[in-house]
Amino acid sequence: MKKNILLVGANSDVAQAIAKLRAENGHALWLTGRSLEALQPIVADLKLRYEVEVSAFVYDAETSNPEALILALPGLPDEVHLAMGYLGNPICIEDAAETTRIMTVNFTAAVLLMNALVRSLIQEKRNAVLVGISSVAGDRGRKSNFLYGAAKAGFSTYLDGLRNFGYAHGIHVVTVKPGFIRSKMTAGLPLPGPLTATPQQVAKAIVKAVRKRKGRVYVLPIWELIMLIVRNIPDFVFKKMNL
Amino acid sequence: MGRCYGDSALSAHIVDARSLNHFLDFDSSSGLLTVESGVTFDEILQVFVPRGWFLPVTPGTRFVTAGGALASDVHGKNHHVDGSFSDHVLWFDLFTASGQKLRCSRTENADLFHLSLGGMGLTGIVLALAFYMKPIETAYIRQHTVRCENLDETMAGLESYGNWTNSVAWLDCMAGGKAFGRSILMLGESAKLQELSPKQALNPLKIHSTKGIPFPIDMPSFTLNRFTVQAFNRVYFNKHPKGSQDSVVHYEPFYYPLDKVLGWNRIYGKRGFTQYQLVVPHQDARKGLQEVLELLAKRRMSSFLTVLKIFGEQPENYLRFPKAGFTLTLDFGIADSLWPFLNELDQVVEQYGGRLYLTKDVRMSADFLRRTYPMAQEFIDKLKEMDPVGTFRSLQSERLSIHA
Ligand SMILES: Cc1cc2nc3c(=O)[nH]c(=O)nc-3n(C[C@H](O)[C@H](O)[C@H](O)COP(=O)(O)OP(=O)(O)OC[C@H]3O[C@@H](n4cnc5c(N)ncnc54)[C@H](O)[C@@H]3O)c2cc1C
Ligand SMILES: NC(=O)c1ccc[n+]([C@@H]2O[C@H](COP(=O)([O-])OP(=O)(O)OC[C@H]3O[C@@H](n4cnc5c(N)ncnc54)[C@H](OP(=O)(O)O)[C@@H]3O)[C@@H](O)[C@H]2O)c1
Repeated sequence: MKKNILLVGANSDVAQAIAKLRAENGHALWLTGRSLEALQPIVADLKLRYEVEVSAFVYDAETSNPEALILALPGLPDEVHLAMGYLGNPICIEDAAETTRIMTVNFTAAVLLMNALVRSLIQEKRNAVLVGISSVAGDRGRKSNFLYGAAKAGFSTYLDGLRNFGYAHGIHVVTVKPGFIRSKMTAGLPLPGPLTATPQQVAKAIVKAVRKRKGRVYVLPIWELIMLIVRNIPDFVFKKMNL
Repeated sequence: MGRCYGDSALSAHIVDARSLNHFLDFDSSSGLLTVESGVTFDEILQVFVPRGWFLPVTPGTRFVTAGGALASDVHGKNHHVDGSFSDHVLWFDLFTASGQKLRCSRTENADLFHLSLGGMGLTGIVLALAFYMKPIETAYIRQHTVRCENLDETMAGLESYGNWTNSVAWLDCMAGGKAFGRSILMLGESAKLQELSPKQALNPLKIHSTKGIPFPIDMPSFTLNRFTVQAFNRVYFNKHPKGSQDSVVHYEPFYYPLDKVLGWNRIYGKRGFTQYQLVVPHQDARKGLQEVLELLAKRRMSSFLTVLKIFGEQPENYLRFPKAGFTLTLDFGIADSLWPFLNELDQVVEQYGGRLYLTKDVRMSADFLRRTYPMAQEFIDKLKEMDPVGTFRSLQSERLSIHA
């Protein structure tokens, strides 16, 4: 059956990889991004490669209204992938605007948008799968990215709760926790090869999780073990570590 | 993709164009395809073969980007009929050293357009380009194979079969005496639907297999020596019966025999290998090629894969390589004795009015470039004018003193 799939933050490398996998199966894609101009090559590419319906919508976590976005869509989606994220300056404790941006993009706006979607879905008695891309950074705060990590921790917790809430309504929620991904976000950073996933690997794992109705996925899977260890390092040791 | 053989794509800083990988537009009435420069030929075939379109020109590997094909001005087996890749390009967008994005075509920023064709990326980064695809009825090639017993037959064959769109001679460079310059000449024409076997006709626009067989290991360097190369070449030659043969084959083995084995270059062992591709104009080409091959034998050098093709007319244009004549590709495992030998070959090439393909070069000298490419100095002067500090440079451009 052909589905309508909404990708929020469609300009992200991971979202583009998801879009390709879903378009391969003939699904229609609704993409959102901060500017239509930036989405234009992505829309053209998906249409040309896969001959599927693709449309684009403007959504900016800092300025857009989630209800307005839902009204602009041709209908309610069967599947949603929320890929937007903002790493930001890791040590911006003196910069309120930057701190707010990190919180807004990774947490507040993401939650408001998911809430609005779930409200409409329940109203219309529609089933759906909602995927939220969080991060292992939310599993334990560390000095190199704890603001981003805190926002992602909140988002992970929200997604876990939403899965529990949505269950009774036929709404399935997937919490995705990638480790390192080689993408725009990490361009130029030195990443450990064996622990770093490509956007394609992340997309594959996500599509598989949707198909198998999994609740939580780590990509690469080794990160589940790494984070288990990291979470269990006693705090008196952890606080002195350079992570 | 880093498929050029030498140091053209090496530098202290490298711009990786592979995130520029979107298809932008296709006009099915004219065949004009617009893509970002990092889209690969492999992807283009996957998308367009099933719709009945093929690349206008393709090198011997699908793993090149459209931008790389333009920057090297790649040629295929059809140069004598269709020219090189650049000839099919209508326009491209170039990100220049001054930070501008310029649309370049034969009518708009025309000089920059011509400088960039085969310009090895030195004029800037190609962001997107539009070129004409070729309609095909099937994904198959009607192949005619002729066994040529010596160099005269080989060269005459390439010339007399010039009405075939694709032609290439695989040369046994190790054979001596009467068999000197013997080859298997392969000719190909895009097959019509009614030429396919019933089995092929079930899926006439079948794409290539997207799974390759990885080449398992770096072979020890001694694996490819004069004797094994000789034996391989002899067996391959004798596999083909005397006279000629006809068959209908898929485009994959016809155009991309090496792509099947991912990392085939590992057969050369850790020290790797290099290619030496020359072109000599028709006049005296026979003598020139003979001298090249004789020098090979005399210095006891062996080339595993040796390919001879014919180039059609192409106006002289800055650093574009092709010009009317014969083009010979030799590949050599790296050894200390190789470098002085290639310097000797250079002398022969120059004596016969020839030159070398930049995308396969790692060692020609700055002077040699200027002596064999009549427009090289003009290219360098114009580049300097546009970009005095040399923003877009490579180890090659420094070696060739295009940049200081
Ligand atoms: C098995 C094999 C067979 C081959 N057969 C042939 C053949 O038959 N005919 C032929 O002509 N060639 C042939 N080649 C060579 C190959 O086609 C060229 O080297 C081609 O340019 C490689 O493309 P690439 O995308 O890998 O570019 P790279 O190797 O990455 O770069 C090649 C050059 O193009 C420049 N460049 C790349 N992208 C851009 C861009 N976006 N903007 C500006 N400059 C850019 C680079 O700076 C560099 O100078 C063959 C290579 C192999 C490995
Ligand atoms: N890269 C990693 O190592 C890594 C690790 C773990 C988790 N993640 C998460 O994975 C997801 C995908 O990221 P990625 O790696 O693909 O990086 P990316 O390419 O940088 O994608 C981030 C996306 O978020 C969008 N975005 C940023 N600010 C926004 C705003 N104010 N409003 C709306 N959208 C905004 C960006 O839009 P623009 O394109 O318009 O800038 C971009 O599309 C993110 O949630 C990220 O946090 C990444």
